[in-house]
Amino acid sequence: MSDSKQPLISIDKLAKVFEESTPSYNAQEAIDESNRCLYCYDAPCITACPTGIDVPAFIKGIASGNIKGAAKIIMEDNPVGATCARVCPTEELCEGACVLNHSTKPIMIGQLQRYATDWAIKNEQVLFKAGEKNGKCIAIIGSGPAGLSAARELALLGYEVIVYEAKREGGGLDTHGIVPFRLPKDISLWEVKQVENLGVEIRTNIEVGKDILAEDLVKEFDAVILAVGMSKVPMLGIEGEELDGVYDAIDLVENVKINGVTDEDFSGKRVAVIGAGNTAIDGATISARLGAKNVKIIYRRTEAEMTAYDFEYEFAKQDGVEFRWLMSPKRLIGDDKGHVKQMECVRMELGEKGEDGRRHPVEVEDSTFTMDVDIVVKAIGQTRFRRLIDHFGLEHNGGVVQVDPQTYQTSIPKVYAAGDVIFGKGQGEAMVVSAAQQGKEAAYSIHKQLNKSRIETA
Amino acid sequence: MADLRIDFAGIKSPNPYWLASAPPTNSGYQVQRAFEAGWGGAVWKTLGDPVLNVSSRFGANHFNGKRVVGFNNIELITDRPLEDNLKEIYETKKRFPDHPIIASLMVEPKREKWHEIVKRVQDVGVDGFELNLGCPHGMSERGMGSAVGQHPDLVEKTTIYAKEKAEVPVIVKLTPNITDITVTAKAAARGGADAISMINTINSLIGIDLDTWNTIPNVNGKGAHGGYCGPAVKPIALNMVGECARDPEINIPISGIGGISSWQDTVEFMLMGAGGVQVCTAAMHHGFRVIEDMVDGLNNYLDEKGISSVNEIIGASVEKYTDWSNLDLNYKVVARINNDICINCNKCYISCEDSAHQCIDILTDANGKEYLKVQEEECVGCNLCSIVCPVEGAIDMVELPQTEPSMTWLERQAAIQQS
Repeated sequence: MSDSKQPLISIDKLAKVFEESTPSYNAQEAIDESNRCLYCYDAPCITACPTGIDVPAFIKGIASGNIKGAAKIIMEDNPVGATCARVCPTEELCEGACVLNHSTKPIMIGQLQRYATDWAIKNEQVLFKAGEKNGKCIAIIGSGPAGLSAARELALLGYEVIVYEAKREGGGLDTHGIVPFRLPKDISLWEVKQVENLGVEIRTNIEVGKDILAEDLVKEFDAVILAVGMSKVPMLGIEGEELDGVYDAIDLVENVKINGVTDEDFSGKRVAVIGAGNTAIDGATISARLGAKNVKIIYRRTEAEMTAYDFEYEFAKQDGVEFRWLMSPKRLIGDDKGHVKQMECVRMELGEKGEDGRRHPVEVEDSTFTMDVDIVVKAIGQTRFRRLIDHFGLEHNGGVVQVDPQTYQTSIPKVYAAGDVIFGKGQGEAMVVSAAQQGKEAAYSIHKQLNKSRIETA
Repeated sequence: MADLRIDFAGIKSPNPYWLASAPPTNSGYQVQRAFEAGWGGAVWKTLGDPVLNVSSRFGANHFNGKRVVGFNNIELITDRPLEDNLKEIYETKKRFPDHPIIASLMVEPKREKWHEIVKRVQDVGVDGFELNLGCPHGMSERGMGSAVGQHPDLVEKTTIYAKEKAEVPVIVKLTPNITDITVTAKAAARGGADAISMINTINSLIGIDLDTWNTIPNVNGKGAHGGYCGPAVKPIALNMVGECARDPEINIPISGIGGISSWQDTVEFMLMGAGGVQVCTAAMHHGFRVIEDMVDGLNNYLDEKGISSVNEIIGASVEKYTDWSNLDLNYKVVARINNDICINCNKCYISCEDSAHQCIDILTDANGKEYLKVQEEECVGCNLCSIVCPVEGAIDMVELPQTEPSMTWLERQAAIQQS
């Protein structure tokens, strides 16, 4: 690692990194596009949205000039609706369900959603008011999409809500973990602010298990929601991983997005990104924008098995990112200064189907080779906050907190969980929009449970 | 190539398209540009005693992102000196001898006034006159335009005055701001009109500005009703042309005006009895070049139908236009949904459910896929579903074999009387 975290990104490069890759609609584009909407009865786009946004209703609002109404419809169903307008895999959700796929081309729902929410942001609209206080208090751990959505719904229902956030700013993955040219930080922070405006207190720089104990939270609050998401990229488990020039993709994105720094200059460098999920795409595209000469994504399976969304894959290709399938790193080799200079790889082939239904990659004998690299970015998934889960004493399956799928209650009935912390091992979806919906449902479940107990004790 | 030439009440034109009397025919420069672009003829912007115009003048009705579905104006007749107009008519006619120029006229309903203007304008060599008895704004407050056109006796008298001095055909332009246009059409015929033209514009107020609460358009904070035209008025105009065309007492040519924007509109007006058409809003919206497709499309249509002259279609649909009482009560069509083409927007379902006869069901097939089906025995054949359907060919209105002999309301009432 370099001695000091001095900014190594030029202003020009930073501007390129922060510029949103998709331009927003202007007013005329929004009106033209919204007027194409058929206003289907029982519209499939609504059903396809995990948060059930009434899409035709908000599009009607844009078409009629009632943009405030449109923004409210969006944000009512989805407290992170401005974020989702940018990061949702819309072609697999609302736009994929649009009936116009069968006649012309689908309505660009994501763009219209962005137009309406951007309008609300720009015009500093107040869309919601907190409910009358009901005297109950809920603690939420984590202020990402799940925690924020739960907090918003609980505040509307009259709960006092305190959110504990380990980082300096709220918003979780949306604020820190999604590349800025896909989702600027300000959008996520506006959503955080909307929730704070309802009286929700977000206590930042507080780590549960260190600064405050789980048992105290469980004791002091009427309910607790665990919405901490996921943690860092796991170790590759190969030699040379500790060398300089080897990055965790999530750290890399956060450093650039929040602090505007990298540990070294990426200009003219050869970057190898390990993994082929959406985080890998982020690691690759941010490297390209930071000036890397060549960016390769190294994946041990094939195009068919990669987990990145189609539009992310397409986006990376547009950025000139190369894809190397059926290849796995075996060893990282450093120079005399302790900086990575080469990567030894082995070729793979697909074998039998594994537990997850995907064919398992196996090494091809005597196929090792080395490639020259200047930077390696690891993006092979995310680890779990195992220590925190154990600190609560919650049942889990390999770090995936187990919940009742109806109530979102964990093995400790007062503790609920939502978002990426319950994603995996066949449970749930890893999308921001799904986390938002789970946060809402956990909030409703708490409301139901607490009212039930009130009735029972009355 | 079909023959597009027409002879309208003795006025020969290379094609049936004339620019209507309006802002596009305000000057020689404009009319000459129009003829160069391919317009057959032009009705010069109304000449009369000098007027003053206001600013602003036009308003438009935009609907769901489509601009100028309807258009309105509070502009009066020409505000240029009569001498200038006459000089330019003369020059234009000299340059384009084969393109008819019809002078629109408007003066007070007094014999000497009409004699004077007819003579003056006739001297420069026009192919015909159109008496503006229809303009609904401004001039009507001074006893001209629609103030004349709304009184059958004044229509007749004015026509007589003009005819007394006119040596070229006289067309009487009628106002739609009247209960039954056939009454004034007959009055014009009685006065000796060689033809009638319709419709002039409809009384209208385009809208109110939601911030200032001023009318649209507004003149220093005040507004007055204007004349409405453009695509939105086409059905109203087409009906009025049809009503006159099918009236046995009206036997003079009709020049069709009102929202004509395409060759299809033109064919419809001519089928319904128009011997030629006049266009304004389409040219104001898009420029004179709109004539190119209007001519070309009409030509191709006629060729495709094997029709050698446009004159053959004039009035061909008139006999199909009748009174409600003559419609067959035993005829039945029903909606049929083509599930291969249907995109499942369910607009037909909800329109039928909320506003018609609740006869479309959303069903699920063996594969769990939703599809729509019409209960034909409940369907009254209203067309609503096929109207709201956004996909061409997804809903057909199908004729059912007739189970009972045709019977109109009149026949039915007569049968009841006899029994």
